[in-house]
Amino acid sequence: MAAFRDQHELHARRASRNIGLGIVLGVFVAVVFAVTIVKMSQPQSEDPRALNYNPSAAAAEATE
Amino acid sequence: MSDSSWTADAVREAQFGDYVELLKPRVMRLVIFTAAVGLVVAPNSVHPVVALAAILCIAVGAGASGALNMWWDADIDRVMTRTAKRPIPSGRVQPGEALAIGLTLSGFSVVMLGLFTNLLAAGLLAFTIFFYAVVYSMWLKRVTPQNIVIGGAAGAFPPMIGWAVATGGVGIESLLMFALIFIWTPPHFWALALFRNDDYKRANIPMMPVTHGEVSTRRQILAYAALLAPVAIAPAFTQIGGPIYFGLALVLNAMFVFGAFGLSRRSAAVATASNYRAEKWFFGFSILYLFLHFVGLLIEAALRGFGLNWAAWPVVF
Repeated sequence: MAAFRDQHELHARRASRNIGLGIVLGVFVAVVFAVTIVKMSQPQSEDPRALNYNPSAAAAEATE
Repeated sequence: MSDSSWTADAVREAQFGDYVELLKPRVMRLVIFTAAVGLVVAPNSVHPVVALAAILCIAVGAGASGALNMWWDADIDRVMTRTAKRPIPSGRVQPGEALAIGLTLSGFSVVMLGLFTNLLAAGLLAFTIFFYAVVYSMWLKRVTPQNIVIGGAAGAFPPMIGWAVATGGVGIESLLMFALIFIWTPPHFWALALFRNDDYKRANIPMMPVTHGEVSTRRQILAYAALLAPVAIAPAFTQIGGPIYFGLALVLNAMFVFGAFGLSRRSAAVATASNYRAEKWFFGFSILYLFLHFVGLLIEAALRGFGLNWAAWPVVF
């Protein structure tokens, strides 16, 4: 009987670890995704030679 | 304890909460708060998502250095009552696990902060982790009673990192926030060391009351409190300060110096008789003292956000 209870406790501890790690990884993915979206949607380089050249941002800057 | 129960304890696998405890969540709270204030009071605005991600990185970096500290200090934590229940001395987490978690999270937090914000912020975070884990924990803590004087720098960096996240640089404002925590740390910890003296003696840690005695420690607490006052009031005269911060800092520092003066006049006999009541009060108040200074800066930032500027307020620095 005692052996069964020990096993059960061990599994509960493992489950808590696995669920916790799952949540941590989920949060990590969500954070990287959110920051990527934010960075990509921000006004980007005004330099026409730059890979992230954004003509509308440059034009908006010029009219201000 | 029978042999079988010992074996069951020894192979006990950690649950998630034990790993969280390894990151010193209570220290983390102060780090998150001061880093957030450093970020919010900075003149540049940061997108809230990037700000949240940056603060998360700083918090995880601080936690990682806590895990490395617990890995290194497991032997002394075991003999001190305050720390004996930590995950490693209580057998819930294996030392190797703590080391792995500490190193992995250190690397992740620094790299991600660099990618999310800028290299200066990431560099400062890396230096903070190095300073706390290597300079303070591994080197100074067991060697010199100045351990927390120098080691305090590790706890003082977070607002500077927050400021660097927003501005990409270092300013007089962020240096003053650094100095505030840096000079506050010794009187804060020496007050604790006064009533936890037996713990530190048993663990053989050269804290000030152990090596120089109580009288000298009490004098040094007063000296640092007096030194701290002008540093804590100075941010009032920068662009992040204002009359509200000034008033708050004035009251808090008067109380802090007054409290330290009271401690300096107490003898060990009186302190023991009262069960170190004044020392415990001073320690508790020191936490509130630091917290309220940063709250003061937040209030000033909020007022600026609402367009309320103190036009006549002198900005000296």
